[in-house]
Amino acid sequence: MRAYGAVLSANFRTLLQYRAAAIAGFTTQIFWGFIRVMIFEAFFRSSTAAQPMTVDEMVTYIWLGQAFIMLLPWNVDRELHNLIRSGQVGYELLRPVDLYNLWLSRALAFRTAPTLLRAVPLLTLALLFFGMGLPESPEAGLAFALSMVGALLISCSFTTLVNVTMMWTISGQGAANMAGIAVTIFTGMVVPIPFFPEWAQTVMEVLPFRGIVDTPYRLYLGHIPASETLFHLGHQLAWTVVLVLAGRWVLSRGLRRLVVQGG
Amino acid sequence: MSQIVVEDLVKTFRIAERSPGIWGALRGVARRRYRTVSALDGVSFEIEPGELVGYIGPNGAGKSTTVKVISGILVPDSGRCEILGRVPWRERIAHVRSIGVVFGQRTQLWWDLPVIESFELLREIYSVPPGEYRRTLDELVSVLDLEALLDVPVRQLSLGQRMRCDLAAALLHRPSILFLDEPTIGLDAVSKLVFRDFIKGFNRERGVTVILTTHDMDDIEALCTRVMVIGEGRILSDGTLEGLRESIAPERRLIVDLEEPDAPVADAEATVMRREGHRVHLSFDPRRTPPADLIARIASNHPVRDLFVESPPIEEIIARMYDEQRR
Amino acid sequence: MVDAVRLYIRYAGISVRGQMQYRASFVMDTIGQFGIMGVEFIGILVLFSRFDTLEGWSLAEVAFLYGLVHLGFAFADTFSRGFDSFGVSVRLGDFDRLLLRPRSTALQLAGQEIVLRRLGRLVLAIGVIGWATTALDVDWTAAKAALTIATVLCGAALFTGLMILHATLAFWTTETLEMTNIVTHGGVETTQFPLSIYRPWFRGIFTFVFPLGAVSYFPALAILGKADPLGSPLWFQYAAPLIGLVFLLMCLRVWGFGVRRYMSTGS
Repeated sequence: MRAYGAVLSANFRTLLQYRAAAIAGFTTQIFWGFIRVMIFEAFFRSSTAAQPMTVDEMVTYIWLGQAFIMLLPWNVDRELHNLIRSGQVGYELLRPVDLYNLWLSRALAFRTAPTLLRAVPLLTLALLFFGMGLPESPEAGLAFALSMVGALLISCSFTTLVNVTMMWTISGQGAANMAGIAVTIFTGMVVPIPFFPEWAQTVMEVLPFRGIVDTPYRLYLGHIPASETLFHLGHQLAWTVVLVLAGRWVLSRGLRRLVVQGG
Repeated sequence: MSQIVVEDLVKTFRIAERSPGIWGALRGVARRRYRTVSALDGVSFEIEPGELVGYIGPNGAGKSTTVKVISGILVPDSGRCEILGRVPWRERIAHVRSIGVVFGQRTQLWWDLPVIESFELLREIYSVPPGEYRRTLDELVSVLDLEALLDVPVRQLSLGQRMRCDLAAALLHRPSILFLDEPTIGLDAVSKLVFRDFIKGFNRERGVTVILTTHDMDDIEALCTRVMVIGEGRILSDGTLEGLRESIAPERRLIVDLEEPDAPVADAEATVMRREGHRVHLSFDPRRTPPADLIARIASNHPVRDLFVESPPIEEIIARMYDEQRR
Repeated sequence: MVDAVRLYIRYAGISVRGQMQYRASFVMDTIGQFGIMGVEFIGILVLFSRFDTLEGWSLAEVAFLYGLVHLGFAFADTFSRGFDSFGVSVRLGDFDRLLLRPRSTALQLAGQEIVLRRLGRLVLAIGVIGWATTALDVDWTAAKAALTIATVLCGAALFTGLMILHATLAFWTTETLEMTNIVTHGGVETTQFPLSIYRPWFRGIFTFVFPLGAVSYFPALAILGKADPLGSPLWFQYAAPLIGLVFLLMCLRVWGFGVRRYMSTGS
């Protein structure tokens, strides 16, 4: 366990060093947030029909999304990608630790370090100046916090699964691309799930991706009542288990392949 | 007028001093502090057409700054520079058409493409007429033995093969001046010999002026009729290799292998530098002491198995020159 | 000029053949590009299924605008991408090599990398604009057709200008320049919707500072025959794309300034 902790903190510290990137990313995120807010406001101005969310809720939803954008598993770990491509992944096998757990720790650092750097200042600004609302109730706030942990778990186990598929160089890269695309739409990041047609909503609510954006943000808004928190946490955890098992299985196949090919 | 005229070039660089940490970075934005480094401090020389000049000096002495200025990609603070009657940086495009440059550590060929396609692209870039291109290419291919390499992607070439291709690439537009920057770095012994032969021949037959910067003194010894030494932004010496020897290290060494070990060899006009068993190293000044006399004297006092005379190696001469400069 | 075009085509051919050596990954990347764009457009479709108009703009009209902007960007992104990776090549000293060749540095850089996989965006943009045109029932005149083509080409010029500006910054700083993405990608994101929906200060940025509106919103009004709530006259809507060309020329001047600075500092 301590080995993974060390990996986690080493990666974490490396990522924290990229302050310039964090500042640039932070500014970009704010800018993007403004564009999205203005687009949605314009849409809301154009229609008097009842909508699944109010414009104020939408603004809060958008700023949450901007703050936690780095949690979205849409990109791959470049360093790991290069490790695999150059064949150096063999050396990782020399370490006396479980490879899956090692990579999961990496993913955890990869997702949380940039998120922490950006989320806190961005949320502060958004709450104070950009019209973002507080959680609907203390219970909603608690439910949000709990489900963010679930979101992190899904995101990291999914990232690891995608990283593992990259052991099949070409098709893996394609798979990673596809995953990135699926994630942006199915999480509810582009447009919140309630805006989709009924049939699409049914599908998206079953899939794991909603657990990263839709579940926590709508709990925050009270859009999903806090009383349903347990059910949604269960949904997140169940998918995490599935993703971890899938990741382990694919990794063992990939390693066998590596050994056979002499990587 | 000479082909290359450089007069009193001065170039200083400003290097921003960075303070550590994010506050340092922010302060740096508001008020940046600079340190000035003098790279060229009044460099002058002239080079005639067809010369083969070695340009040597330690790292940071101003070698590459000079090469950048005369190849037209760096503007000096002051001083005059005219090459083929042009000021390089003012007429960059016309100027670079008449020069060729080879960097030892980098290739100018396109990594993923077969060599021939890089050549074709360079033909286009330099607007070489097709007929002339054909002729030059055929010639280079046969002299440098490139036939088998033309269809190979550059990334698959060995370093020596790549160097040959890079040489050809730099010469396709028939430049009248060729700059070689550390061309033999990392090459194996055979490739180095091929390279030297080619440069020597090309310089002799075509009259192309060659300026060579290198750390490999064997290159200098094998190729250059003239050597310029730069140190701390100034030309320390400029002349033939022999001239350099005479002025800095005129002494010769006599190495004697004796029949019996540890014989007390000594001579009033020579100093003993080292003794190793049967072998004794002596140093003497050939202007005062004719070598034949010295050899005769020693051979008459001690039974000698073998002996030979040599000059100090060029590395040592250069090192001594830098020492003097510093003092 | 003819010579320059020939050289550029030569460069393009080489870059394309280089990429074709990694065909499988090229296919994957293209599909990926197409997919990312497609997802964004799906978002727009979903929103229009809930809200029937966007301040007086129908889905087909927004789609037309979207197509215009993305076509211009896709051309620039495909054919001038060499500027994007310029920061790295300056740091590695590769820029010296370009200076040692008897050609304009901007031309050499533009040709250095033709990113074919960006054609995914081009395909989607053509598809969207094609669909919008059939759905819209525009009464086409020669002037409108010419304006459409001019808008796309000048849009490409403007985006190329932005990429050149981005590259020019590398002469001054070695920091990551992710920030400039705000202008290019953010600009695309912004101008794919009518400028009139944004707050004035924001609209101002994309009209006067980085005049992306000139190659999207204003000509689109003229083509679609819509009245402008911002009150721009028709002649301006027709002339606006020229701003894109002027912008490119200005950026090339700035680039030249950067190159001269590079040549005097050597860093």
